[in-house]
Amino acid sequence: MSNKLRSIVDKIKPTFCEGGKLAFLHSTFDAFETFLFVPNTVAKRGSHVRDCVDLKRLLIIVIMALVPAFCFGVWNIGYQHSAAFGLDYGFWQIIGYGLLRIIPLYLVSYLVGLGIEFASAQIKGHEVSEGYLVSGFIIPLIVPVDLPLWQLAIAVAFAVIFGKEIFGGTGMNIWNPALLTRAFLFFSYPSQMSGDVYWTGGLHRFITEGTCWFPGTAVADGFSGATPLASASLEGLAARGISAMDLFIGNVGGAVGETSVVAILIGAVILIYTGIASWKIMLSSVAGALLVGWLGQIGGATDLPCWYQLIMGGFAFGTVFMATDPVTAAQTECGKWIYGFLIGALCVTVRLFNPGYPEGMMLAILFGNTMAPLIDHLVVNATLKHYSKNA
Amino acid sequence: MSNNIKLKKGLDLPLNGAAQKKVLMEVTPDAVALKPTDFKGLVPKLLVKEGDAVKAGSPLFADKMCPEILFTSPVSGTVQSVVRGEKRKLLAVVVKADKEQVHEDFGTSSVDKLSADQIKALLLKSGLWASLIQRPYGIVANPAVTPKAVFVSGFSSAPNAADPEFILQGETANIQAGISAIAKMTGVKVHLSLCRCQGTTPMGSMKDAEIHYFEGKHPAGNVGIQIHHICPIRKGETVWTITPMELAAIGRLLSTGKLDQSRLVAVTGPKAAKTGYVRTVPGMCMASIASLVAEGNVRVISGDVLCGENAGREGFLGFHDNQVSLIEEGDYYEMFGWINPIRSKQHSVSRSYFSWLCPSKKYDMDTNIHGGVRAFMFNNIYSDVLPMHLFPVYLAKACMAGDIDKMEQYGIYQVLPEDLATCEYICPSKIEWQETIAKGIDLMLKEMA
Repeated sequence: MSNKLRSIVDKIKPTFCEGGKLAFLHSTFDAFETFLFVPNTVAKRGSHVRDCVDLKRLLIIVIMALVPAFCFGVWNIGYQHSAAFGLDYGFWQIIGYGLLRIIPLYLVSYLVGLGIEFASAQIKGHEVSEGYLVSGFIIPLIVPVDLPLWQLAIAVAFAVIFGKEIFGGTGMNIWNPALLTRAFLFFSYPSQMSGDVYWTGGLHRFITEGTCWFPGTAVADGFSGATPLASASLEGLAARGISAMDLFIGNVGGAVGETSVVAILIGAVILIYTGIASWKIMLSSVAGALLVGWLGQIGGATDLPCWYQLIMGGFAFGTVFMATDPVTAAQTECGKWIYGFLIGALCVTVRLFNPGYPEGMMLAILFGNTMAPLIDHLVVNATLKHYSKNA
Repeated sequence: MSNNIKLKKGLDLPLNGAAQKKVLMEVTPDAVALKPTDFKGLVPKLLVKEGDAVKAGSPLFADKMCPEILFTSPVSGTVQSVVRGEKRKLLAVVVKADKEQVHEDFGTSSVDKLSADQIKALLLKSGLWASLIQRPYGIVANPAVTPKAVFVSGFSSAPNAADPEFILQGETANIQAGISAIAKMTGVKVHLSLCRCQGTTPMGSMKDAEIHYFEGKHPAGNVGIQIHHICPIRKGETVWTITPMELAAIGRLLSTGKLDQSRLVAVTGPKAAKTGYVRTVPGMCMASIASLVAEGNVRVISGDVLCGENAGREGFLGFHDNQVSLIEEGDYYEMFGWINPIRSKQHSVSRSYFSWLCPSKKYDMDTNIHGGVRAFMFNNIYSDVLPMHLFPVYLAKACMAGDIDKMEQYGIYQVLPEDLATCEYICPSKIEWQETIAKGIDLMLKEMA
């Protein structure tokens, strides 16, 4: 099987190499070839032996960690739809509906994103980097499921070109490309985004009764207007019939991947166990959120116990999958504590004190990304000074 | 005790083919090469031509910048060829060895009777000066400079490195003479670093040196790591380093008056037909040990697998090396290698594989790099394998950018490429760390000259 496939690849390879008819697709061919086969490159200089781990391996692990959140999200789309319209779907109908809604988002996300990646790799003469495999998997999980596909396409193109490629591609970007996609949507289409058509109930949370899964149509019944997270209170949640357990398990409204804390925790375990994401960032982000949530509680800004902040909205997803992005997070060990804490604290601060904008996680992480190089700079300088003094 | 330094970080490569403690043969090579490329930054001035007769200890070339540093033939014979590369760069001077070895006579003496200047002149003349490496930069020491200190690493932690006790047995007196000579010549402290287990060996009771004990995984045996923990190099300072094997040659020079660089070389690696030690001289042609190399597409490396040089079957042993590593060329395609849940034949430090479940398993590693070159992405993993107070990614990026100020700030003076070899091994982005650092050092040399 392996040899047969190899001989086919070898046969068509010259067509895509320099001088071949399809040389303009060289980077695309190369991406698929290295997807199938680990290349035969041998070490020319430096270390003659190398660890067998590569970026493909590490990033596929990240995708595996996202799969529980994805699966739950697919179920939840169908479930929320069924509940909102009183359809009484069976399990497979729920899953089927969920897939039907999510697959177009994935197609657009990957076609646009990878298309740009392949093209820019070809122009620059680089190999295609695998970074977008993860970004492209995350994007549909953090946008509202009824987002028009053309808006998604534009947002993805913006994020990949201006968020990543102009900095030099994967590994060089300052901001997390998936979050940039989301930020672009939020700032470019605010009327749809913060209104009740797409973002019913604020960015991350919407009221199930008010959900409309059909793009462009009116709100189903009774409910209109967003409910900011800022007004979320024990009473408010109780009035909607949402318990803390619901928030933890995730059978509530919200962006596809973010609702289930359980599924996200499974992902967190995978990421921490494999060492791919930093537990320091996750822990300090949780600490930051708890601290500000607690201060808000005793200060009277909210009556929610501080730990509600961890299970509501996009906090858990952002902390586990987005704040820990190794490229855009702080790189120094001490910097990670500061960076994570900053994100957690800022997210809850926005939630509590900004009535116009109910969810703080997106901007908190983007702010954290912006500050990360500065944090690292200070940590590195302080550390080097410390060592040179003690030497 | 401050002289016991325990390093937690590092990586011992689980590579098959450690050398058996047995001398397999005495190799008297037909041809021996002295390569200017073994000495970083050296601009050689050729002193012989093809057909010239030389003795062991006769100069073959000198340092153009500092002509008193001579590079001498390890054997007697006739100059067979002068190998040149692009732009007529001198690559090697090959000497065809005589059956009967004749040595230059440098006169017997002892450290007590010689003055510092006399020792220096003797080392320069005999060619053993080239064993002294200056840090920063890893160039041949400048005789006009007095270093801050001299550092000797008594052991190597490199994969399947030669066993110091085995290769240095019976050399105690010579090494002691070498240490005393260097201490007297430079007038500065000589630091000898040993691994924990060497405390009871003769190395543990060397005089004229301050002894430090190191414990830890590779690269704990690298002299650069040891310097970093004993007394880091600051801007403007220089230190010298030398190996025990080369100290022994200095001792022999003093006691016999002859240049005798013979050493035990470990033949190691999964593709060695037989592992063990051979007694030979630096510059030995690898063809002389062809019987120890397995059939097939084997890479013959002078040095260890992490920072040795690809010599090839017809190549030559490096000037400073006492190990030959033999591994398979990995020019094969591996279908879905990266997506396989378990790749039992490959080793990985990453927990995304399961190698860590069997920590004592050894692997037949090959030269495949297992992936494509990418930008830095997972930047937090490297400091786990580098026992230095440095920010390796910052340093590497400063080298890539050619930013001298940043390179200085991030510690370019502290490292040679070999010290970051473990980072290169584990790099999922397959970045050529050693090449990157080497380029940074080249730039520093150029700018600081």
